Amino acid sequence: MNSYTYFPGCSCSSEGGAKAYNWSIQAISKVLDFELRELDDWNCCGSTPSTSVDELGSYCLAARDLALAEKNGMDMVTPCSACYVIFNRTNSSLKAYPKLKAKVDKALSAGGLKYDGNVKVRHTLDILTRDIGYDAIKAKVKRPLNGLKIAPYYGCQAIRPDFGFDHPESPESLDKLITNLGGEATPFPLKTHCCGGSLIFSEETMALELTHKLLESAASNGAECIITVCPLCQTNLDAFQIRVNKKYKTNYKLPVLFFTQLMGITFGLEEKTLGLKNSVVPMDKVLAKIGQGVV
Amino acid sequence: MDKNPKTVKLIDEIAAIPGCEVVRQCIQCGTCTASCPNADRMEHTPAQLIAMARADMRKEVLSSNAMWYCLSCYMCTVRCPRGVQPTGLMHALEELSIRNDLVHTHLLTPTMYRLFNHYCSIGSLPELQFMTRFYLSTNPFNAWRMIPVAFNLLKRGRLSFKTRKLSPAGRKQLQDILNKAESIGGVA
Repeated sequence: MNSYTYFPGCSCSSEGGAKAYNWSIQAISKVLDFELRELDDWNCCGSTPSTSVDELGSYCLAARDLALAEKNGMDMVTPCSACYVIFNRTNSSLKAYPKLKAKVDKALSAGGLKYDGNVKVRHTLDILTRDIGYDAIKAKVKRPLNGLKIAPYYGCQAIRPDFGFDHPESPESLDKLITNLGGEATPFPLKTHCCGGSLIFSEETMALELTHKLLESAASNGAECIITVCPLCQTNLDAFQIRVNKKYKTNYKLPVLFFTQLMGITFGLEEKTLGLKNSVVPMDKVLAKIGQGVV
Repeated sequence: MDKNPKTVKLIDEIAAIPGCEVVRQCIQCGTCTASCPNADRMEHTPAQLIAMARADMRKEVLSSNAMWYCLSCYMCTVRCPRGVQPTGLMHALEELSIRNDLVHTHLLTPTMYRLFNHYCSIGSLPELQFMTRFYLSTNPFNAWRMIPVAFNLLKRGRLSFKTRKLSPAGRKQLQDILNKAESIGGVA
């Protein structure tokens, strides 16, 4: 059985807005028989804002988690694209810049920790598609998607700058996953474009414009729902869809699922264990099409 | 190196930051600008910022609104033919702009980032507190407009009044690490 250190990140923690992502990952891990051991007493990775305010501090935030994870001796998996990019950036910078590493080492030692750079940090999409694999996933499908048309949305930080598991501009892992679950991945030209990220709070008009383009692209290509790999992308596309509709006088009602929720649905898992009701845009129509009980 | 910002050239200061040394390789092709979803909102495009930094236009570069519009989508970083990493450069310029007290005055993003970093430094980001404090401290009218969004999230249990806390030992450990980092100074 594959075992990993698990880093949920703030959004996917039990107090976070994307807890349904976490629930669905836990639920499918049991079906696919891999183990996730949550990192004990982890702290926020710092994300992009910390990098911009206090760069050395941001390296140290990430390094504390990596040092704790190193004691477990396993790859660390995170479902959050922001955490994923921050940890990988920290790993590559500490490796490339010995002077920086010396500073971070010094800071870590003030907390009684040391980090030798041995924790490989991976995205949930990466371990599911490459370690577990499409065939093993397909073998667990009990309720195929009946040709449901799905827009595969990768966003930015799971695939860029490039930590190696999929193409930074033309990724395919989600597309292949959809096909293996019995769905149809729609053409989605904007599948790696930005949703506006955390600037949805400080520059809402700008971020809504980007989110609007994504919804328009997905809908005009016939998608009946969108799947995402990132907590923030899901929030922007799902919770802010009403703000897009208001601003652009549109009437989008596109359900936005975490890809792990979609997997759970096809595995025949209960709605409750996947947190399907946590989404703002209801997914009744999607569930009806694949013959799952309407929530 | 002489670290006095009055005598150090901006381009040297930038190039001393890990990941930013490649800035000297920029050929001004503009691929970063063409790849940026927000270039049209920036007073200076990413390529212009690099040219201005080379011309040592410290005040103009560090008080530009440009870097605060960076979404960290890394499209420019992936496409740059010279291996410059404009995304990291933008983050470095944001930090330098704060350190030099030259932050563009009509932007909310710097306030949001500072508040975010404050919560990170105590261990976890409480989303409800963060959003409430940010909207009320910047533009309460925006808080008003956010009510339908927040209501939907609250109704579905996605905004929690409970906040995640580290163990007392973990929190102290994190604080000790960050205090030490602060005493060391910056990355360069």
